[in-house]
Amino acid sequence: MNVAATNPRLTTQVNGGDTLITLMGDWTSQDDDGGAAASTATAAMFDRKELEAIEFDSTGLGRWDSSLLVYLSAVRNAAAPRSIRVDDSGIPMAARRLLALLQEQQHALPPAMPPIAPSKRPVFVERLGSWTIAQWCALMEVTALVGGQLLQTGASLLGRAKMRRVDFVGCLYDAGIAALPMVALVNVLVGAILAFVGAIELRRFGADIYIANLVGLAQVREMAPVMTAIVMSGRTGGAYAAEIASMQGSDELDALRVLGIPLQDYLLLPRVLALTLMTPVLYLYASAIGILGGYAVAVSMLNISSELFIEQARSAVSMHQIAFGFIKSVAFGTLIALASCRIGLKAGRSSTDVGHAATSAVVVSIIGIIMLDAVFAVCANALDM
Amino acid sequence: MANEHKEPVLQVQGLAVGYGDQSVQHDVSFDVQRGSIFAIMGPSGCGKSTLLKALIGLLRPSAGAVRFGAKDYWGLDQAQRDDFGRGLGVLFQGGALWSSMTAEENVALPLQMFTRLGVAAIDSLVQLKLSLVGLDSGRESMPADLSGGMRQRVGLARALALDPQILFLDEPSAGLDPIAAKRFDDLIVQLRDGFGVTVVMVSHELPSLFGICDDGVFLDAATHTAIGHGAPSMLRDSSDHPTVHAFMQRERPAGDAAPAQA
Repeated sequence: MNVAATNPRLTTQVNGGDTLITLMGDWTSQDDDGGAAASTATAAMFDRKELEAIEFDSTGLGRWDSSLLVYLSAVRNAAAPRSIRVDDSGIPMAARRLLALLQEQQHALPPAMPPIAPSKRPVFVERLGSWTIAQWCALMEVTALVGGQLLQTGASLLGRAKMRRVDFVGCLYDAGIAALPMVALVNVLVGAILAFVGAIELRRFGADIYIANLVGLAQVREMAPVMTAIVMSGRTGGAYAAEIASMQGSDELDALRVLGIPLQDYLLLPRVLALTLMTPVLYLYASAIGILGGYAVAVSMLNISSELFIEQARSAVSMHQIAFGFIKSVAFGTLIALASCRIGLKAGRSSTDVGHAATSAVVVSIIGIIMLDAVFAVCANALDM
Repeated sequence: MANEHKEPVLQVQGLAVGYGDQSVQHDVSFDVQRGSIFAIMGPSGCGKSTLLKALIGLLRPSAGAVRFGAKDYWGLDQAQRDDFGRGLGVLFQGGALWSSMTAEENVALPLQMFTRLGVAAIDSLVQLKLSLVGLDSGRESMPADLSGGMRQRVGLARALALDPQILFLDEPSAGLDPIAAKRFDDLIVQLRDGFGVTVVMVSHELPSLFGICDDGVFLDAATHTAIGHGAPSMLRDSSDHPTVHAFMQRERPAGDAAPAQA
């Protein structure tokens, strides 16, 4: 069958107080160009004060779907408050039934729960107040979580916590060996970039050889801990938050709670311990491989002799510097794990909440890392390290 | 049969539950006798599952008491509740299996956490529980690879892992085809008869309610409280409350007329 598509349309015939609406052509939501025209025509019809009754003629009506119902119910709703009689005998039987159903559902059972009143947009002072309270509560929560976590860690070291060894080993693998390639790639490139950047300025003084000092010091003290932590927050922190949040959505956390399996022990402890232990190990690896990257660039492209580079780098990197970077890495690892797990636990139950939890875990972790690093820098400066 | 066990294992007294300021149910009281299959019935959205949360420790009620024997459950502190909770088995809607573990590991976890059994002993218990619920294949599959009915069975095996005194089931036959639902109902009866466990189930599936439940409470969505007490079949035959009557007969309540057939 080859029906030429016609736009929905209608004509209105006025006969005193009576109006006859003749529906013609196709009324489908696919090609609803005539919908606007129909609304305008109807609006004009209702502008007439003497309007008393509306009748329909649908003998010329083609195919129709919900868009016809939208129009008809609009006419009915407009007619109702003015007690205009709407005679629907001219409408196809099926459409009449659907209209009746529509009316019935609108008047059907009251909602089981009273709808929550739409809250007015509070005034500025109120918003500021509730924001402050919310931030304060969040801060308290983090503090409680950190404190609780430290106690739990103590308890687990005494062998009283309910952590399964198999979970811990799995977390160790995920946060450690599995992260090696990514940490290596990022740090070898950072080391190489440091060598290039150093060369620009140091060459002008003929101090090329200090590229080794720059690479060694910057890598061990700043770049390796920070870059490793950022990689870990993106790869492991985000995964922790998403994993825990999706467990929330499928009632898996409730299933743990009901059995009395403490989430602290079972979910958080292996993750926090794994990241706290593995981040510093990764840091040592990252430092070495970063210096290697700088070495490769310096020797192959910047004409620095291999022995000299090694000698200079060794003199620049003291045990102090390594200890400093190591301690920072421990702190970063703990921070990432705690923040990510907390965000996962606090997430809502929908699938968007999972994505949101992963994003905010990464954002919070990175900001936290940079802020903590700044604190370390100030402290180191004060201690003259 | 009702005279044989006149010893309530669970007493709910004047319970009110809700989220924030919004009350979902209030003044709900009922007793669950030992060894019975007790139904929490009611229309969708009336707060059956919310009430269940208060019974299993997931949501603190705003008023009233939940007593298991002589113990006031919400009067206990968190650690005591956790200890006590191990005597309760819960099957969540859709199973709520831990999705990172196989079916076997799901059943094994409670045993690993709370018993001092060795690996072999735990494994034989796990195999027993899975056989009891009729899971013949897919024991090493991840939950995502199991069908809805199989997930439900694994969930039941997990709920039974620590041999609970009371088994709570949230919509156990929802989403199952009629044959699978009937099998699951029969399984619940067999487990009750075998282990002597008391079953509290949330459901609005009439065939299950009439088929296996011997006591129950009916929660109303409009008045937010309990409007009927007794076995579902008894409520069907003798309740004169219009909502209960309509629910049990699968009819529209009076005042909600069916459309005239033209």
